[in-house]
Amino acid sequence: MPILEHLWIILALPLAGAALNGLLGKNWSKTIINSIGIGSVSLAFLSVLEAIREFSLLPAGQLSFFKNYFNWMSAGSFKVDFALQMDHLTIVMLLVVTFVSLLVHVYSTGYMAHEEGYYRFFAYLNLFVFFMLTLVLAANIVLMFVGWEGVGLCSYLLIGFWFLKRSAINAGKKAFITTRIGDFGFTVGILLLFWTFSSVDFGTVFAKAANMPAESATQAGVLTWICLLLFAGAIGKSAQLPLYVWLPDAMEGPTPVSALIHAATMVTAGVYMVARMHALFSRAPIAMFVVAAVGAITAFYAATIGLVQTDIKKVLAYSTVSQLGYMFLGCGVGAYAAGIFHLMTHAFFKGLLFLAAGSVIHAMSGEQDMRNMGGLRKQIPVTYWTMFIATLAIAGIPGFAGFFSKDEILDAAGSGPNAHITLWLLGLAGAGLTSFYMFRLIFLTFFGKPRFDEHKVHVHESPRSMTVPLIILALLSIVGGWFAAPHLLGKTDYFEAFLHPVFATYGVPAGIEQGASLAGAAGEAGGISPSPAMELLHALTGPPVVLAIIGLLVAWWFYIRKPDAPKKLAESAHGLYKLLLDKYYVDEIYAALIIRPFLWISTNVLWHVVDERVIDGTVNGVATVARGVGGQAREIQSGNARTYATWVVIGAVGFTVLMLGVWGMVR
Amino acid sequence: MSVVPVSYYLVLSAILFGLGVVAFVFKRNIITILMAIELMLNAVNLAFVAFARAWGQLDGLVFVFFVIVVAAAEAAVGLAIVIRIYQNRQSLNIERVNLLKF
Repeated sequence: MPILEHLWIILALPLAGAALNGLLGKNWSKTIINSIGIGSVSLAFLSVLEAIREFSLLPAGQLSFFKNYFNWMSAGSFKVDFALQMDHLTIVMLLVVTFVSLLVHVYSTGYMAHEEGYYRFFAYLNLFVFFMLTLVLAANIVLMFVGWEGVGLCSYLLIGFWFLKRSAINAGKKAFITTRIGDFGFTVGILLLFWTFSSVDFGTVFAKAANMPAESATQAGVLTWICLLLFAGAIGKSAQLPLYVWLPDAMEGPTPVSALIHAATMVTAGVYMVARMHALFSRAPIAMFVVAAVGAITAFYAATIGLVQTDIKKVLAYSTVSQLGYMFLGCGVGAYAAGIFHLMTHAFFKGLLFLAAGSVIHAMSGEQDMRNMGGLRKQIPVTYWTMFIATLAIAGIPGFAGFFSKDEILDAAGSGPNAHITLWLLGLAGAGLTSFYMFRLIFLTFFGKPRFDEHKVHVHESPRSMTVPLIILALLSIVGGWFAAPHLLGKTDYFEAFLHPVFATYGVPAGIEQGASLAGAAGEAGGISPSPAMELLHALTGPPVVLAIIGLLVAWWFYIRKPDAPKKLAESAHGLYKLLLDKYYVDEIYAALIIRPFLWISTNVLWHVVDERVIDGTVNGVATVARGVGGQAREIQSGNARTYATWVVIGAVGFTVLMLGVWGMVR
Repeated sequence: MSVVPVSYYLVLSAILFGLGVVAFVFKRNIITILMAIELMLNAVNLAFVAFARAWGQLDGLVFVFFVIVVAAAEAAVGLAIVIRIYQNRQSLNIERVNLLKF
């Protein structure tokens, strides 16, 4: 079994690509850089496929493949290995990461063709793939943290890719620093995890956790604290309330980066982490509730901001924050499989939306404001159709990928074991808003009359390197959800069945959580179940679908039927409109509450007092004292030999007196 | 025949050494100072010899030889320096040789 035994090859390929392009690629032609960049990722993708084939040949009882390559560090009982593991959850993530990365790499050859630092871009992208795969394959939480921080680094580098642009630099810094706040919690969580379980290895930790009883829903125990601290990291990385502010700004980066890192893969790392640590989360009801609540509130909250944004990428950014909220909502109510399922479908349709938006921006020669677009449907048909499919998918129109995954999450939030009516309502409202702002985006961009100077802007369809990835992703946005089709009929869906070994291994005591909707679905199937046709009808006319269609119609009414209605509404509800347009003033509040006090303390206390007075004072003070003492002491060196002689005599006499009198050395 | 006690020699040695110290500190002529040093060295030699005799051991005598050798070397170097100083300053006053200071 070559690849499965050597999982590190999957990591080494993109790393080698990054090293080659990054260190040597400066003067290479685009052909070489492309072949290295795309080649390494496609080889990684093929390796993943081969590894999956080999994994499927493992004995049926073996749920995960674990391989320890070398001991990374070891101090007393603290031991970290460079160990990789593969199970069904890893497989899903590996496929999504390598495949979407591959498409984005191909797309980037077209999108970035005229950019400076072409080699740098591909080196960063490859490096990102390396770290993301490390995060996914890691068999212990410390190695996972390496990947976790590594993707953060690549995100920073790529947001600030145009490093001559001040706003891009600031956005990069904002992303890095904001996520660092969450990562502080993550680090403390790792320490607490090790302190509790004396191991950082996933297998060991989960096996020990499996023997622990679930904690009570009213009092926070150590598991709850570990989970909450780890979730703090996820909040930062996956842009949830209250640390979501970096993601919209991250749109300063090139659009392929937004698609890959800030939609499809990196931001979903938090969801993956929660799902990976389900053995702990499932036993910490308070943490689960926090995850679900943060997810649901974020899903709704970010969607409201998305309603009024005018920058095409900003809409998608808030949409991403909102969709990530759904994933956390799914995990939080115990439907991990549904959360991961949404992660996957979201990677397809949101990756597609960003790439299509990039294609629109490309066609408009850099214009990002939707108010200056319109009527692009005929000129860039491929972009239009693919983006339209993605919109149908994200809005949750039946048959498309997003419908299945979102439906499952809302199902679990509404009727699963940890369900709560408020969570369900928030999710539902968010779904309606999602549909509205997405169709608003489509109508503003592609319908109506052009609102730009058609003589100046030469609208053109993107090259094939960009449209082919769009088409592939559009296909996946349709069929990507069909794994879950049986869910509609009240049966166990294939995706959940696929992930079932992972989430069932570390079984949870009865009464708290039971593989969530899986158990629910099985129960329904076994008990008094309505006929499949009724189930199907129920799902297709359920509240999410109704709301999605209402969202569509409202958007159509506002932006096609009565194009001046939005303006009137904005004027009549001016306060609310302004509040949404200015994103609830969260950036301003953070600036006033955190950044400015921090800056003030840093400047007036840490800089002017601590640094200038205390530290500089100490250093200069030591020097001043030394100089003063020296200035006095050097008078002794008079140059007069007789003075020296006198000192010698005084010393000799003094020493003799000491010896004889004081120390009593007389026999 | 009565033997002169060691303490006599020691007292003489101390007196000679004290004279040497006083001369070293208070005299200004460099040659005199060198002579004072010689006096102190020889006072010590006397003490060594006296102890060697008193304890019946040779260690003290060996030391004396070393001291004499060092003293000879010191005198040679010292007088050479004195000559150079005189050539430079036309004086042997130690107080005028005071440039080596802070």
